[in-house]
Amino acid sequence: MTALRQTAVTKAVPLLQALPLAAILIAFFVGPVLLVVAVSFFDYQTWDILIPDFILYNYEILLGSETTYRTYLNTAKLCLLAWFFTLTIGFTIAYFLAFHVRSVPLQIGLFLLCTIPFWTSNIIRTISWIPLLGREGLVNQGLMGVGIVSEPVEWLLYSEFAVILGYVHLYTLFMIVPIFNSMLRIDRAVIEAARDAGASGFQILRHILLPLSKPGMAIGTIFVVALVMGDFFTVDVLGGAKVASVGKTIVNELGYLQYPPAAANAVVLTIVTILLIVALMRIVNIRKEL
Amino acid sequence: MGEQRGPTFYILAAFFGMFVIFLYGPIITIVILSFQGPQGNLVFPMNGFSLHWFRELFTDQPIGDIHGAFGRSIRLALMVMVLTVLVSVLAGLAYRRRFIGATALFYTAVASLIMPSIVISIGIGAGYELLGWTRTWYGSTLGAHLTWTLPFGLLIMFAVFNRFSPAYEEAARDQGATGWQTIRHVVLPIIAPSLIGVALFGFTLSFDELARSSQVTGDLNTMPKELQALQTNTVTPVIYALGTLTTLISMAVIATCVSTVLIMRARRRRHGSDAGQGV
Repeated sequence: MTALRQTAVTKAVPLLQALPLAAILIAFFVGPVLLVVAVSFFDYQTWDILIPDFILYNYEILLGSETTYRTYLNTAKLCLLAWFFTLTIGFTIAYFLAFHVRSVPLQIGLFLLCTIPFWTSNIIRTISWIPLLGREGLVNQGLMGVGIVSEPVEWLLYSEFAVILGYVHLYTLFMIVPIFNSMLRIDRAVIEAARDAGASGFQILRHILLPLSKPGMAIGTIFVVALVMGDFFTVDVLGGAKVASVGKTIVNELGYLQYPPAAANAVVLTIVTILLIVALMRIVNIRKEL
Repeated sequence: MGEQRGPTFYILAAFFGMFVIFLYGPIITIVILSFQGPQGNLVFPMNGFSLHWFRELFTDQPIGDIHGAFGRSIRLALMVMVLTVLVSVLAGLAYRRRFIGATALFYTAVASLIMPSIVISIGIGAGYELLGWTRTWYGSTLGAHLTWTLPFGLLIMFAVFNRFSPAYEEAARDQGATGWQTIRHVVLPIIAPSLIGVALFGFTLSFDELARSSQVTGDLNTMPKELQALQTNTVTPVIYALGTLTTLISMAVIATCVSTVLIMRARRRRHGSDAGQGV
């Protein structure tokens, strides 16, 4: 009897320990996300922004508009470009840190150097591009000073270029950390064996490091895609009025207190984000099969 | 790998150097520009050096409420930090044994991490609206921030406990320690440096959070929201001064955490094992 009670208590302990986490996630994540799905079927009016109902109106308007498709396509394009650059730069940096820096304290130091900006403000880091890229910014001053151009280059700021630059600046670290982590787990004996068997540096990279870093690349991909698809600040600050994105559209709708249309858009955005992540995982997988 | 450095090394090292400049260059620009003279502009050239724009920060601004927002964000970040550490450690301990719903809870935490932030923000905002509750920085915003910091905390705790040998606890239990004594005197001291890492995530991620806060802060703004508003409205380097100040605070927090961990490690190395000293 005592033994039985003992097991019951032992079984209850981890449940109780996990309870605060579960409660917070249910209250502020699971509940709200389900609510977004529900609200996307709600009705709304100027004086009553949430009228519980089950109408398809918000989706009909959203999916019936050509602008929607153009905005989604543009967001996906920004996302793919950001993914490509963060992945290639992140992989190169991680590769350098993991295999070319030989002293461990230096490795840790350089790794920290790459991660510190993660703990500072993304808003400030985004804004800080403006005095560099603007019409009278440092880059244009430099280019004109050297005489490469006679007129300021206009596409540096408030353009897709600036937005991608901002994403690469903010999110490359989400690639570096997991890829570096994967690379540190690679058994050095495998590389030695390949070298002894006559593999070139490129062959080692292509046939050993690339496939074995895949888990890290996958984690980085999920982060970058989710962050870029959900962004509304960087695209607003660096893209200006010229660059459209779903996140910006949603925030605009919320600004007019149009919750149900924003919710419908958010539901579609989430689905597209998940599909995009799945598709990108496939690409990485196919490479391994080749 | 002890052979001579090839050209690849130097190419990669140069690439790394350029990346670091790319990473820190813009923020250094902002810091320099925040010392613009009183007549200075948003861009170079510098029009003299002064602390004018920092002084502006501490005098009343025509728009916004920088002081209030600053205080709120610091207090909120401290609350998020404490809760993130407590809840993550408890959950981390839970995951060392089996419990019902463990897998579901783990995937929920991961989903909370990667869900586009704006979706969570709309959901919490709509929930408060429907319930007729008032959105506050210490209520709805606190909850929104926890959906972002707790998954990070949980993942760190996983990494910690994966490397944690249960032999220490078994030894303590064999000596007659109760469950609480084992945690208090054996487990917590060993994982303490990692907890500082969790605290660092909790504080800084909350202090800089914008996307999840966007629909849930109510009437009183947090600092990042204030910055966002300023960004669209201000045409003076005062925003750079604010950026410099915010970055300084983040840097101070990071430095405190890193040095605390280093001091802890050094002390451990100096004192070495205390086996047998408790008798």
